[in-house]
Amino acid sequence: MFTRMGVMHGILSAFTCLMFLAGGARVWAEEAAAPIAVTAEAVPQAAAAAASAPKIDSGDTTWVLVSTAMVLAMTAPGLALFYGGMVRSKNALGTIMQSFILLCLISVQWVLWGYSLAFGPDKGHIIGGLEWLGLNGVGLDPNADYAATIPHQAFMAFQMMFAVITPALITGAFAERMRFSTFLVFSLLWATVIYDPLAHWVWAVGGWLRNFGALDFAGGTVVHISSGASALACALVMRTRLGYGKEHMAPHNLPMTVLGAALLWFGWFGFNAGSAVASGALATSAFVVTNTATAAAGLAWMFGEWVHRGKPTVLGAASGAVAGLVAITPASGFVGPMASILIGVGAGLLCYMAVMLKAKLGYDDSLDVVGIHGVGGTWGALATGIFASKAVNAAGADGLLYGNPGQVLIQAGAVLVSVGFAFVGTFIILKILDKTMGLCVSEGEERMGLDLSQHEERAYS
Amino acid sequence: MKMIEAIVKPFKLDEVKDALLEMGVQGMTVSEVKGFGRQKGHKETYRGQEYTIEFVPKVKIEVAVNDGQVQRVLEAITRAAKTGSIGDGKIFVRELSSAVRIRTGETGESAL
Repeated sequence: MFTRMGVMHGILSAFTCLMFLAGGARVWAEEAAAPIAVTAEAVPQAAAAAASAPKIDSGDTTWVLVSTAMVLAMTAPGLALFYGGMVRSKNALGTIMQSFILLCLISVQWVLWGYSLAFGPDKGHIIGGLEWLGLNGVGLDPNADYAATIPHQAFMAFQMMFAVITPALITGAFAERMRFSTFLVFSLLWATVIYDPLAHWVWAVGGWLRNFGALDFAGGTVVHISSGASALACALVMRTRLGYGKEHMAPHNLPMTVLGAALLWFGWFGFNAGSAVASGALATSAFVVTNTATAAAGLAWMFGEWVHRGKPTVLGAASGAVAGLVAITPASGFVGPMASILIGVGAGLLCYMAVMLKAKLGYDDSLDVVGIHGVGGTWGALATGIFASKAVNAAGADGLLYGNPGQVLIQAGAVLVSVGFAFVGTFIILKILDKTMGLCVSEGEERMGLDLSQHEERAYS
Repeated sequence: MKMIEAIVKPFKLDEVKDALLEMGVQGMTVSEVKGFGRQKGHKETYRGQEYTIEFVPKVKIEVAVNDGQVQRVLEAITRAAKTGSIGDGKIFVRELSSAVRIRTGETGESAL
């Protein structure tokens, strides 16, 4: 067991290392900025070179920067409020803090080494190299491999927000009971050894899942299936909340949750339509199917619950909308509006059933990350293989309905790989942390609530 | 003297108060309470997780009155608080052995 001082000391020394790295990064930043200074008095040769170099498009850059800010808003305030409203009032601040601090933690991790591991020059189709450590060489000129019309740093920042929200999604699985210090270490390890490699496999040039032919427009496998599978590992490894299944654990503020869901919906336009990394036809198509699938899923969950249990609940409508957002994510760049309605309806009903099933299985995935992100993400990945059409996106592929049943198998393969990797990796990280730091707060601290026991504050005083 | 405790539906508070003032009651004490009788609370459902909420919100009105007023006070409260549906509440009456008006030091019925 680490003592409390030991943990603090570890965190402080890690921070000192970060500061040291940041000092080195200043030099790299100057190198990266250098090409811009040249433009005014360019010699003829330089001007000719500039003409053939990729050109920055202001419309594309605007859309990607706005999308980046919108995806930021998905984590905080979006997810922070969505989850924060669903817990009991004694854990409201602690839950909001988990999303908010991940915005801080992973933003720094991404700049220092995360982006390089995920998108840096490929090493054996498995991982990015360390060449882009501290954004060394990630400058303001476009990188034609990823986005030829926007500054490379705009693409990096957009991807940063995806790296931020993914571990934040997992926090719903261990809500109301995880130690804050362990949570920080877990998130940093998870981002580095699960998210960064997986993002490389799926999105990076040379990544093996990308070469495998799996379609994932905006991150269904990397973001939602990985967080859902990791959430399952968390729920299985960590003990249930005290009194789970017996005590009253109703959400303390559903208006907050609905506000969070609506902000997630808003930000998701950046997530999906922004993933076109250009402003134009494909972004518009992704925008329209994102909204349509979400709306259909909200209706499907509401009507499903109404028929099944007798009342149309507000939490159900909000949960259904989020399930729809999850499911349309991988498909958003490859399917048309009619397909998106079917994807949404499927997501609303399947995720509703998954959430109902949880109570019977007895594990405590507090805020249903498995039922919504795991199941919704898996459905979305498979549905992409069914409904994808080259008529929507020539760079994609045709799915089952357009004469290519093999695409469903490819999608299923990508799902299995992502689930297996995320589940096993998370399981190992948790087991190590369980032996060293301890995963859950003590019984007394849990009774007191995370707000007081972890932060010495109260949400409502 | 008697202490009358009436436990009524919260939205009936104003009607009960008006009825008591009308018949000459000078003051009362009100508190928000929770409880259940034969009504046995209600059901709440969150993502399929069902909770039975036995303790439903009620308002408790306490009025201290002269022996001669008791019957009329009971009738006034019953009339004002009644909806006819389950959960209308209950009235309890108990003996009150003494009372003091703090400002003047008066005791007994003149302190009410």
